[in-house]
Amino acid sequence: MIRLAVASGKGGTGKTMVTAALADLSGVPQVLADCDVDAANLEFLFSPRRLTTTEFRGLATARIDLERCHDCGICADRCRFEAFVRRDDAWTVDALHCEGCGLCTYVCPMGAVRMEPRISGEIYTSTTDRGVLVHARLFPGSGNSGLLVTEVKKRALKLASGADLLIADGPPGIGCPLIATVGDMDAVLIVTEPGISALHDLRRLVTVCRRFNVQIFVVINRFDLADEFCTRIEDYCAEEGIPTTGKIPFDPEVVAAVRSGRPATRIDSPAAKALRALRDNLFIELGLS
Amino acid sequence: MKIAIASGKGGTGKSTVAANLACVLSRSREVALVDCDVEEPNLRLFFPAPAEDVPVTTPVPEIDPDRCTLCGECGKFCRFGALAVLKDRVLVFPELCHSCGGCVLVCREGAVREVRRAVGKVACSSPLPRLVLISGILDEGEVQAPAVVRSAKALAGGHPLVLYDAAPGIACPVITTLEGSDVCVLVTESTPFGLHDLRLAAEVAEGVGIPAGVVINRSDGEDRATIAFCRERGLPVLMTIPFSREIAAVQNRGGLICRDLPRWEERFAGLFAGIARIAEMDS
Repeated sequence: MIRLAVASGKGGTGKTMVTAALADLSGVPQVLADCDVDAANLEFLFSPRRLTTTEFRGLATARIDLERCHDCGICADRCRFEAFVRRDDAWTVDALHCEGCGLCTYVCPMGAVRMEPRISGEIYTSTTDRGVLVHARLFPGSGNSGLLVTEVKKRALKLASGADLLIADGPPGIGCPLIATVGDMDAVLIVTEPGISALHDLRRLVTVCRRFNVQIFVVINRFDLADEFCTRIEDYCAEEGIPTTGKIPFDPEVVAAVRSGRPATRIDSPAAKALRALRDNLFIELGLS
Repeated sequence: MKIAIASGKGGTGKSTVAANLACVLSRSREVALVDCDVEEPNLRLFFPAPAEDVPVTTPVPEIDPDRCTLCGECGKFCRFGALAVLKDRVLVFPELCHSCGGCVLVCREGAVREVRRAVGKVACSSPLPRLVLISGILDEGEVQAPAVVRSAKALAGGHPLVLYDAAPGIACPVITTLEGSDVCVLVTESTPFGLHDLRLAAEVAEGVGIPAGVVINRSDGEDRATIAFCRERGLPVLMTIPFSREIAAVQNRGGLICRDLPRWEERFAGLFAGIARIAEMDS
């Protein structure tokens, strides 16, 4: 099985659009995973039917038992995350700040602080007409997005035994959730666009991906919006030995497809044609066709 | 006043709004622009200038093998898996460490001490007469984005007018950015993805307790659903930026529409007036 992550560095370059197109066109048994748990959007293009919903427990959160608390303030003193605040003349935990380290339970002389599990989101398994989709929702304000990505991937990998392909729609950036997405993957397809910001972010993402044992591919979205930068991206990829597996033109039909809740490949358009070529090139590179 | 510019979805135009707003404001007053999108800090591309770097470090444990008795307490305490006590030594995984200091505390032998480890830097520059740019930059491969965000924000402390450009998403780096802000500007685009993620971002601003307004970017005129959502949630729409190839071209090459295209200077001045009204109503 090939495990493919779609990433971008810069947000909004078209990761989800490309993921949906590949999933739509793949023609092989596959499992889909939406690893952009902060802003999970893949489900809007495949009208999934939800099979299971599971609570996601992130790291535990401190909780003070006021019956036992003698108000000494040692917890607040020792906590490096400023998670203990005064409210109504008593110490309380600000869940947004609590890292879940448990240091407070160790330093409290009264044994008044306990760690309690925190439900930070939900994980779903759904069916679509293009395979099983594992996706999730991080509750706004919860931390642990990297941990949730790891859980989504773990489940998707389990369901993918017997499939030929796992496609993971990744998060923007290069931090914790992205690293959680790229680890254990065979290949990363980076969706970029011709612009100074996207090129800068592409370089940073490639640096991170190089630390993992993954093949890297690039697709340039909206390539015709700035010819000069398109050439610079292609030159950079050539220098780095990264294959440019596709170039998708700017096409209003792409937004129209998203608005109608379908992959861009379901509407006949220049972008759809380019996406089909991307699928073919990439699958040859991956040995899938 | 501290203004945070955020969005759930990536690539909606946070940096565009932040950079243009800062540029326009700096014509009449001192502004500090802080790039809190430390995974992809792009503002410096719009304001190239020589910068002074301040390293960002976090404390991580170091084990003194002469004192360590391999009792295992540190490994048992660490919930992040940053310490593994083996038969003959202790392995430290510094990239997993959250710097809580617990391992130092639980070691009875005094065998754990903390050393500083670089995870990124903050680059400070003065690209325009009254503009200070403070960019938080996470090192590639590191995960402690919030530590870099905090350092960048701290360096802007004391400025009367600060703009924070947040990371996309709704997790820790965004919350760290929003905290302490007076107003939040949510930048969205009028697609189903944009609206879904705007809803999440609005929930985050509400959770942190900050009043918010909305900027609709790359509008193709189909904004009804977004406007209806904003009305329902009492979020004023402060500005609408249409999609145009001309605007895209300016941005793609690192230009500023307030400088390169007519009428955008006045529009961004108007955006600031709208932001100031939200802050006033809230206070």
